[in-house]
Amino acid sequence: MADLFEQYEVFIPKPVLDRAKTLTKQYKLSEKDTKSVLDKIKTTYEDMKIAPGEAIGIVTAESFGEPGTQMILRSFHFAGASEMKVTMGLPRLIEIFDARKNPSTPVMEVYLQKKYSQSPTQVKEIAARIKETKLEEVASEFLLNIIENNVEVKLARKKMTEFNLSSKDIADIIVANLKNVTVDQDRDSLIIKSTIKEIKLSELYKLKEKSKEIHISGVKGIARVLPMKVEEEYIIYCVGSNLKDMLEIEEIDAARTRTNDVAEIGDVLGVEAARQAIVDEILKVIGEQGLNIDIRHIMLLADAMTATGEIKGVTRSGITQEKESVLAKASFETPIPHLVDASLTGEVDQLSSVIENVMLNQPVPLGTGLPGLMAKMKPKVEK
Amino acid sequence: MKEEKKDKFDITTHSLVPEHIKLTEEEKKQLLQSYNISIKQFPAISQDDAMAKKLNLKIGDVIKIVRKSPTLGQSTYYRVVIK
Repeated sequence: MADLFEQYEVFIPKPVLDRAKTLTKQYKLSEKDTKSVLDKIKTTYEDMKIAPGEAIGIVTAESFGEPGTQMILRSFHFAGASEMKVTMGLPRLIEIFDARKNPSTPVMEVYLQKKYSQSPTQVKEIAARIKETKLEEVASEFLLNIIENNVEVKLARKKMTEFNLSSKDIADIIVANLKNVTVDQDRDSLIIKSTIKEIKLSELYKLKEKSKEIHISGVKGIARVLPMKVEEEYIIYCVGSNLKDMLEIEEIDAARTRTNDVAEIGDVLGVEAARQAIVDEILKVIGEQGLNIDIRHIMLLADAMTATGEIKGVTRSGITQEKESVLAKASFETPIPHLVDASLTGEVDQLSSVIENVMLNQPVPLGTGLPGLMAKMKPKVEK
Repeated sequence: MKEEKKDKFDITTHSLVPEHIKLTEEEKKQLLQSYNISIKQFPAISQDDAMAKKLNLKIGDVIKIVRKSPTLGQSTYYRVVIK
């Protein structure tokens, strides 16, 4: 029986074969029946294969387009009721397709190693450490002293003990982060002085605002943290995203930790990981909306977006730019710049794709239009 | 003080990163022959890509990528290293 399945491994993809295996076992089919079932699967699979020259891109576009119209109607918003606002639905889908550098709501899912992920108190402690702390948060007041031309930072003792910081630590951090300043300690406050003589008031104000933003501890860019129980373990949802630094945190399970920022995944983990992230993010959006788009369409799109080695959006500056034909590029948004550029550099259009042939009223290289006739010309042999 | 704690995270172990295998010259030749295409026609991967750096790839190398696929179980993909 096992041999029989092995024979069909070449013809039938593994997930289908596995399913056939369990089902034939469940219904206790004889070897003969199993063979006929597998034959049937094989022929059906062969029939379903896409023929060369089929316009799959168009099918993908339509498969996304139609459910997209349903999405707008069904989308609903929390109007601030939800604790974590995450862009969903059509806006999120457009964001992924356009390959925007920064998503409007960056979110991370941080998984923890098993020994840390069980007790809520431990998870909370780790979450507090991950969260970015700025000087603003360990200070109670920022004062501008116009007479002496300095900025006085009143420190909040309570917060400081929470983060295990002394005022000297903070002073050191300030000196390391700001240019041309000296920091004096004065009981419960720090005095930031600029080394530039006769500093203008506006510059002093800028200094004050800058010092507020100084990074004290935690992972940069993580604005909020939210420990949550998912199935058997606690994970930490983070508002804000910084994959690179997050992966270096000791307690987290870096292999499962992820962000919804596709561009960042591309930078940190490479283009293949970004492709997978695009597929996963799109699946998540359409899954949330209760829609169903075949995964092959999504994979085709993700492949097209990452084919050049970097993430290109489905826009005129993205994958359309990669087309070889001038006319094809010109047919999609802003035609004139493309035509001008092409004429300046003397480009030649090979008319090898679809849309330029439609423009010129020629048969397109699709389906039955794809194969060309090639004749081997032999000189006539004279007898 | 951070550096002492832990070695840098190995990106190949991340769940999003599929297996990347560098092809030898011989395998490359066979691959090009079997698809009957030139090397430029492969999808590309940048030399500055995180995985390309990790594997120390040079321009013109071809890598085989073994992805987990929901439709095929396992699918292979190829990329050529470009500048």
